[in-house]
Amino acid sequence: MSQAAFYLFAAAAVLSTAMAVTRREMIHAVIYLVLSFFSLALIFYMMGAPFIAAIEVLIYAGAIMVLFLFIVMMLEMGMPVRPAGAFMKTWGAALLIAAIILAGMVILFALSPGSAEGMGGGFISPRTFGQALYKKYMLAVEAASLLLLFALVGSLYLGRRD
Amino acid sequence: MVPFFHILALSGILFVLGVICVVARRNLLMILIGVEVMLNAAGLVFVTGSLRWGMPEGQIFVLFLTTMAASEVSVGLAMIVYLHKRKRSVNLEDFNEMKG
Repeated sequence: MSQAAFYLFAAAAVLSTAMAVTRREMIHAVIYLVLSFFSLALIFYMMGAPFIAAIEVLIYAGAIMVLFLFIVMMLEMGMPVRPAGAFMKTWGAALLIAAIILAGMVILFALSPGSAEGMGGGFISPRTFGQALYKKYMLAVEAASLLLLFALVGSLYLGRRD
Repeated sequence: MVPFFHILALSGILFVLGVICVVARRNLLMILIGVEVMLNAAGLVFVTGSLRWGMPEGQIFVLFLTTMAASEVSVGLAMIVYLHKRKRSVNLEDFNEMKG
């Protein structure tokens, strides 16, 4: 049951990401990406990470993608034009890199023994997560808050009126 | 029971899609979206490791990855807005000179 659900969500994630990557209209790409993040959040939930699933929906699908939507609607980008006959020039290198990485992945999986173990158990509750986060990694939390502060100051500086 | 390498294959495929988006697209916003897809694929690997060894460290790292992605996107989008103010364009080919 949960196995079938995993493959369903995985197929949904791959399909919607592929659609997002190839769309010409930015709005469509962002909406497909939200779909992909939702299916990835469901996979996280199935893998015993309920807090990360919630973060995925709240921050990725909720905040970051809405930020993208704001910018897409704010900037006037004109109609996307199709460059004539430039398909191999733009997509050739990308498809070559993709083929190399995927071939390496297949070889790696074929070589490594014992990689067919099943997943199961390993559920980590938000309580365990929070205690590990604030007891062992307090300094990293402070560093992350500094990073957010710098990002805030940086984007305010870049977006100032002059 | 889903084998671990199926999850790793899923994240590998998502990462490759992100690479394709970064390399092939000519829109600055699409390049940022490709980076987001790649970061998400990396997060999936971390959660898989967390499940494999039953430790919360992988999930904690995904939280920091999310923080990093959020700040990267906010600064990146502010830069795109700034570039659009200068050249009225978000196309990569319009930003190929250093002094303009």
